[in-house]
Amino acid sequence: MTQQNVIIEIEKLSKEYSTERGESFLAIDNINLKIQENSFTCIVGPSGCGKSTILRIAAGLEKATSGTVHYRSDPVTKPCGEIGLVFQEYSLFPWLSVIDNVAAGLDFAGVEKEKRDEEATRHLRMVNMLDFKDAYPHELSGGMRQRVAIARALANDPDVLLMDEPFGALDAHTRILLQQELLKVWELTRKTIVLVTHSVDEAIFLADKILIMASRPGRIRNSLEVNIERPRSRAIPEFGKMTDYILKELEYSM
Amino acid sequence: MKARALSLTIPLIAPALLAVIWVILARQIGNQVILPGIEQVADLLGHPTEDLISMGSLISNVLVSLVRVIMGYAIAALVAIPLGIVMGYYGFIFKFFNGFLNLFRPIPPLAWVPLVMAWFGISSLATVVGLETGQMYIYLNNIKFSMLFIIFIGAFYPILTSTIHGVRNINTTLIDSARVLGASEYQIFMKVLIPASMPSIITGMRIGLGIAWMCLVSAEMLPGSLSGIGYMITHAFTLASTDIVIAGMISIGVVGASMDMVFRRIEHKKFSWRRQAR
Ligand SMILES: Nc1ncnc2c1ncn2[C@@H]1O[C@H](COP(=O)(O)OP(=O)(O)O)[C@@H](O)[C@H]1O
Ligand SMILES: [Mg+2]
Repeated sequence: MTQQNVIIEIEKLSKEYSTERGESFLAIDNINLKIQENSFTCIVGPSGCGKSTILRIAAGLEKATSGTVHYRSDPVTKPCGEIGLVFQEYSLFPWLSVIDNVAAGLDFAGVEKEKRDEEATRHLRMVNMLDFKDAYPHELSGGMRQRVAIARALANDPDVLLMDEPFGALDAHTRILLQQELLKVWELTRKTIVLVTHSVDEAIFLADKILIMASRPGRIRNSLEVNIERPRSRAIPEFGKMTDYILKELEYSM
Repeated sequence: MKARALSLTIPLIAPALLAVIWVILARQIGNQVILPGIEQVADLLGHPTEDLISMGSLISNVLVSLVRVIMGYAIAALVAIPLGIVMGYYGFIFKFFNGFLNLFRPIPPLAWVPLVMAWFGISSLATVVGLETGQMYIYLNNIKFSMLFIIFIGAFYPILTSTIHGVRNINTTLIDSARVLGASEYQIFMKVLIPASMPSIITGMRIGLGIAWMCLVSAEMLPGSLSGIGYMITHAFTLASTDIVIAGMISIGVVGASMDMVFRRIEHKKFSWRRQAR
């Protein structure tokens, strides 16, 4: 891989939550990582190890206790249009139609209706959801909702797309379908993607680079490049070997 | 076809039974003051524009009552909804107001009457505008502050409570999504908090309107009241015109149920998403 620009740089990031009993709880401890522009990074780790916390801080939704997140050269302290975030579920506005959901970010930015709809239409087509543009979220299946959520994040044209277990609530078949579609979108738009998952299989299928986390306190235990040629097949031995390796690493992390 | 005819008749059975019992009882009792005949009351309801014992017609009194309720209710909604939204969203504003407001919540609207009379007496909108004669004076003088206040109190709490409840139950992922998509604090209020809590707000407004309408009758019994459906009922009672009392009560029921139906329609049409969505 050629030398690329670092687009997100996380340095010495720690986050402490205070529990109800007034004690403090270290959710993540001294996280350091660099995300290359246009790359696809996956973060895997046991549940509760602080994956969501890292993404939420990087998206500007939460403040770090110490340490910094930089987007290019700017410190991230509040949400900005350049960093998008896709949640696991229930993130669509239930009172808006699919197309209005996708256009929501542009609406917040004051873009006029015609232009909004044009952009929303383009992104709905990209995720194969144009036929459902007038439907409401409750009329869609879980997979369709996630497609719309991805289109909505992309319509804002962010540089970086953070995804917090975006396929975590889907059945196995839909999940694989959406992984393939996400790769197509990634190749088409060349966004920088950071995706959190607890599925090792998903991480190997998608990522250029995998970060393995350990818990209590949340920290990065290991990182590895995935050098399997794209489009990837799950049937090849390398895939299995890598799965075994990561699963072992995760066992130590528990 | 048969099932449809049946489903249309079932709701009519109970009222029909009531009417039959009424007719039988009225004949047995044979006393106008205790129970007038059903045809007498029906006649009154059939001619709602006729002047009754020089208190104006049924319709005009219902209209006066409606205007009062709508004004008091509108003020209550205008205060309760914004207050409920900020109380539901900001914990410190909730803490600031909640204890104070809960102190007044258990007081029935009617218990305010003596205090309200001491404060407002018989002053009305006409007093503020400075009118003392003319047609406009008559209209404005019908809107007594004491009445507005009691209707306000009746409608305020249900609207406030369900607005707070609505905002507190918003899935935080929706708010976070809006933030990440670039919404300002103001846009969060207007484009997330309000629409997301609207179903709950509408439910509160429906309950509030019902209570406001009930408070009205008591408010119209206050001194200085010379019109309105509540006034008409009490006045007819002192004149032993039980048929007018009953006609007035039926009007109250019909108007209240119609207003409720409007809200239910809105709930059904606009908020079908709430039934399935989280
Ligand atoms: N708002 C919060 N208050 C207190 N503790 C929290 C809060 N958010 C997360 N935590 C705790 O921080 C840890 C990391 O959470 P999270 O980042 O959601 O983990 P993951 O996404 O990896 O499952 C968990 O133990 C969780 O209980
Ligand atoms: Mg998580």
